[in-house]
Amino acid sequence: MNIIVCIKQVPDAKDVRLDPKTNTMAREGVESIMNPFDRHALEEAVRLKEQHGGTVTVVSMGPPQAETVLREAVACGADEAVLVSDRAFAGADTWATTYTLGKAIVKNGPFDLIICGKQAIDGDTAQVGPGLAKRLNIPYVSYVRKITGFDGGALSLQRLMDDGYDEVEIPLPGLLTVVKEINEPRVPSLKGKMKAKSLSLKTLNAEDIGADPDSIGLPGSTTQVVKVFSPEFKGERAMLEGTVDEQVEQLVNKLGTYL
Amino acid sequence: MDYFLTEEQQMIVDIARQIADDKIIPVRAELDEKEEFATEILNDIAQADLFGLYIPEEYGGFGGSCFEIVLALEQFGRGCVAIATSFAASALGAYPVLLSGSEEMKQKYMPDVASGKKKAAFALTEANAGSDASGIQTTAVLDGDEWVLNGTKQWITNAGKAQIYSVVAITDRSKGARGASMFVVEDTDPGFSCGPKEKKMGIRASATCELIFKNCRIPKDRLIGREGMGFITVMKTLDLSRPGIAILGVGLGQAALDEAVTYAKQRVQFGKPIISFQAIQHMLADMAIEVEAARALVYGAAKHIASHPKDMSKASSMCKVFATDMAMKVTTDAVQVLGGYGYMREYPVEKMMRDAKILQIYEGTNQIQRNVIGQELNKEYTKKI
Repeated sequence: MNIIVCIKQVPDAKDVRLDPKTNTMAREGVESIMNPFDRHALEEAVRLKEQHGGTVTVVSMGPPQAETVLREAVACGADEAVLVSDRAFAGADTWATTYTLGKAIVKNGPFDLIICGKQAIDGDTAQVGPGLAKRLNIPYVSYVRKITGFDGGALSLQRLMDDGYDEVEIPLPGLLTVVKEINEPRVPSLKGKMKAKSLSLKTLNAEDIGADPDSIGLPGSTTQVVKVFSPEFKGERAMLEGTVDEQVEQLVNKLGTYL
Repeated sequence: MDYFLTEEQQMIVDIARQIADDKIIPVRAELDEKEEFATEILNDIAQADLFGLYIPEEYGGFGGSCFEIVLALEQFGRGCVAIATSFAASALGAYPVLLSGSEEMKQKYMPDVASGKKKAAFALTEANAGSDASGIQTTAVLDGDEWVLNGTKQWITNAGKAQIYSVVAITDRSKGARGASMFVVEDTDPGFSCGPKEKKMGIRASATCELIFKNCRIPKDRLIGREGMGFITVMKTLDLSRPGIAILGVGLGQAALDEAVTYAKQRVQFGKPIISFQAIQHMLADMAIEVEAARALVYGAAKHIASHPKDMSKASSMCKVFATDMAMKVTTDAVQVLGGYGYMREYPVEKMMRDAKILQIYEGTNQIQRNVIGQELNKEYTKKI
């Protein structure tokens, strides 16, 4: 089974701050990490490879620094890494991102399965996985919490729902987005780290993937971030006193004013 | 302090640190409380290729020396000495085969030890043979094409969890120390069994039991090296492995120091964080000095031993004594800095202090180490004068 895993480099959530003046994310001095959900996607891909054979290729669209997370993925078991990078991709929303990733994945060659994290912890949209499936015209299942079987042509899955889980089957080629419950990601191995150090990454730019300049980056994006801000805390609090009955009465009266 | 590690050595440290932080530290208190063996974490260590650090590449290992395993053990020791001991004991069980075993024996056993698929254990100690190994009662008698082992080994780390045991048994009592030999016993051999789990003060997540040999029959070619070489192999093995115990002291001391400083910065008494009081500052300063001094000595000794010198016993014993005595003192001081909280199981330093004690006892008590150092000094100066 040849598997593609989409990974994104994101700022470490522990460090995220907004610049109160500009309302943009303060990236200076903030450590970049592999999106935690993508780590679970990678782990699942490596486990499938170990069980059924094949290869795992990690793909990331991002600035040249994204090379770090791609090499980290190789240290954790990926075989190949593809960096999709071009200044023209800058400012892409999820619409332009799925277009670009789709083109890059097709350019890279045939695949059986794509696995993505359910969302990235910076944008939190959860749109790129399903959007990418649509671009490639393949079926997808999101919020996968367990892969229960593989019969050569289809995967049996459990999809996490608010009130339990669905049992779903998906024919391949297809795309999954996974939740963190699916597995416990491994730490890098020594052989993996040594491979990651020497592996030459494949880099694809806008021209390599034959992208239409109007469909990528800011021009290709249908949404734009107009304003980002930290919500102000406006909570009020009041202490109720007296006996329990008195307090209940006060509470009911108070609630009544909101109805 | 920067010890100028190579890129590969730094990779080993980084991986081991991640295992300690992500896998070991979150569960160490629970495993200690339940006295539960850390099977999953050892599998994680295997998956990260660290079981083969010291094993030559031709047998599936990384081809490193005792310095590389020391680097990994420092991080594991910082996480949990019990889990680190389970990892280290596999190396201790494998060294006799690597040092004295035949080519066939190495080919047969080392690849599985290097991959972590099988674990090894080392069986020397008996009820009446601790520091004085001449008290060994376990015997091995050749009967046709098989050795027949009888006797009981005591306090064997990884007992019941390992598949490969390096066992010392007497093959000719009349020859004294030259009458001991080493054998590989497999967990499935007939006549071999493990006793019940011992209840220990510390390192409670490690497995410690008796090994019982009752007419245990093993093929003739399981003899490690030649007959009568047992003690020589034991001594060589311990020379190589002691820096590994020493560095557990360094990792543990570092962990205790980390806890003590973090606590001292947060704990407010008399209106100030207690780190602002000189009484506390001086304790922390001494702890930091001792941890770093021990680290420098263990790294130095491990590098010396890795160069295959003739004289490795003194360096090996010196680093073991210094670093493990340090660990006992520093963990005790860490409990003191945390005061009543430090004495509670809710905080990790209580376990650290319990775990430290074994480091001064196992793989040769610190008193025996001082004997070795003293004897080596006597020999050295006899040559000089």
